Amino acid sequence: MNARRALLLPSALALGYAFLYLPIVSLIVFSFNASRLVTVWDAAHSPTLRWYVELLHNDQILSAARLSLGIATLNATAAVILGTAAGFALARFGRFRGRGLLSALTTAPLVMPEIITGLSLLLLFISMQQLLGWPARRGAATITLAHISFSVSYVAIVVQARLAGFDHSLEEAALDLGARPAQVFRRITLPLIAPALLSGWLLSFTLSWDDVVISQFVAGPGSSTLPMVIFSKVRLGVSPDVNALATLLITLVAAGVVGSTLWLQRREQRRGSEMRQAVTEE
Amino acid sequence: MTDSDRHIAARAADAYLQLHELGKRYGEVPAVDAVSLDIRRGEIFCLLGASGSGKTTLLRLLAGFETPDTGRVLLDDEDITAVPPYRRPLNMMFQSYALFPHLSVERNVAFGLEQEQLTRGEIMRRVGEILEVVRMGALARRKPHQLSGGQRQRVALARALVKRPKLLLLDEPLAALDRKLREHTQFELLNIQQELGVTFVVVTHDQEEAMTLATRIGVMDHGRIVQVGTPREIYQQPLTRFVAGFIGSVNLLEGRVLERQADRAQLHCDELPVPLLVPWPAGAGAPGATGAAAAGVSAAGVGAALWVALRPEQLRLSRARPEQPYNWAQGVIREVAYRGDLSVYLVRLPGGRELRATLANSGAGSAAVELTRDVPVYLCWEADSAVVGSD
Repeated sequence: MNARRALLLPSALALGYAFLYLPIVSLIVFSFNASRLVTVWDAAHSPTLRWYVELLHNDQILSAARLSLGIATLNATAAVILGTAAGFALARFGRFRGRGLLSALTTAPLVMPEIITGLSLLLLFISMQQLLGWPARRGAATITLAHISFSVSYVAIVVQARLAGFDHSLEEAALDLGARPAQVFRRITLPLIAPALLSGWLLSFTLSWDDVVISQFVAGPGSSTLPMVIFSKVRLGVSPDVNALATLLITLVAAGVVGSTLWLQRREQRRGSEMRQAVTEE
Repeated sequence: MTDSDRHIAARAADAYLQLHELGKRYGEVPAVDAVSLDIRRGEIFCLLGASGSGKTTLLRLLAGFETPDTGRVLLDDEDITAVPPYRRPLNMMFQSYALFPHLSVERNVAFGLEQEQLTRGEIMRRVGEILEVVRMGALARRKPHQLSGGQRQRVALARALVKRPKLLLLDEPLAALDRKLREHTQFELLNIQQELGVTFVVVTHDQEEAMTLATRIGVMDHGRIVQVGTPREIYQQPLTRFVAGFIGSVNLLEGRVLERQADRAQLHCDELPVPLLVPWPAGAGAPGATGAAAAGVSAAGVGAALWVALRPEQLRLSRARPEQPYNWAQGVIREVAYRGDLSVYLVRLPGGRELRATLANSGAGSAAVELTRDVPVYLCWEADSAVVGSD
């Protein structure tokens, strides 16, 4: 029984990891493949950095990456500002009229199928164009607006959760010490909910960075984001430079995740030992 | 000048902080119900009450975090009822301390001064000074999470005092400390208060804390102040049954008036074999008469129902039957709890009622040897040690 169990658990773990990460590993491996055909391994000339070099000279991909970066940054920033305001209203304003409605409408985009969101935004932009003359044409601006419209929900929920666990007496103490409400927000509330704002920003950035469906609806000619370019390239047949691009993205993401995890862990450990020290000192 | 203005002016002579008919409701429930109170300059006034008695709401009304539905607050003859918290010349120390977790001790304390028009040097000088008063100078650069509970409490105190407020509000200042630290901090708080001469208003549910700290105590119940007095008055002359039961432990008996004498009265109590002899207030204005309860008692006629409060330390235990024809009871010891300096005895009367008596354990303890469980005993007390009330 014990021997069987000793074998079972590691194999289950290995299978699980394989299921999750084998596709990614194969993608990374094939990004170094010399052959133009993605499914054939050219043992004679591999590994090679050929596709990485080609990627650097591919203007279509580079400009799409720049566009995506710009849209994602703008989207994340705007979503954090609007979402924070919504989160405050939900967490702080008590039971005002229409609170239930606001709460439902804030969370609705999270469960709305992307197709519907994309389609309805497209219809909105078209009727706005006919009635107001703006937006004159669809492009980066409409994509950004569309992304903001669903990212706001995520930020609002993250901020609301953070404020729910926020010790209100900290703000009262600041008021009591003579700080006006605006000062209290800037010097106490904002620094303390900063982690939530940061994670809301990163979340919005990521949502925008890899969105295809909604962007597809509201994009115009010449405004293809990076995921849209990758998607269209794959439809024409997978080219190896997409593998190289994907590998670069994965490396960036992995470095970011591992780095922030280690940083948080170390900070938590230091905080813990400092607190223990404070107690034993007394 | 309205009637209420005249009333306030009349009381202003020695009152520093005046609450006039202050009221606050949450929905249908009055949290603070028409509270009027005068607090003097330099005193430590304790608002004592159970949770839900409205004491914290009252403190928040003083700090300006809540707006009263009715009434006014005057500080040093200035109406501050409508002044927002950041313009009130008073500061508050929070129960949770509410130290800003992202700022160092020094920056926490400096926060209040930074809101005033002061130079950097002046701020640092005053921060340094007050940190020395609370003996936290050495840890000025630490963050709150690097401090122990007692250290946090001292930082919170320094932060509230550094602005040199006219009045300091303290919400359960010692509740978060362990027992040993609490006693030490209590005396430290008293020292600092005397050194700086600030008026303290302390909210607490801990009667022991209130007794040690307060120059006067206001006992709160259901949003009202039921009695105001020095700790000694509150303990020895409780005006209501609630106050008698809330402060310290007490034996409450009920009786009916049998006969009135000049300054005494005899009461019949179903649980006692002999009449109860209690002090009788001679009517309003006479020495010994205190407040409303005394007035209610002196008006009570023969047959009126009264309560009688007896403190456990006023009861004497003996094996022999007392010789006096009143104020004793007979029972069996149910429980003996040894507390070191004293022992607590629970004595069950024939009717099933249990009385509590405490005896000091002095010297060889000759009495303690024979007073054990299941031993039949007599309890007796002096007439003067009883307090009567009519509510």
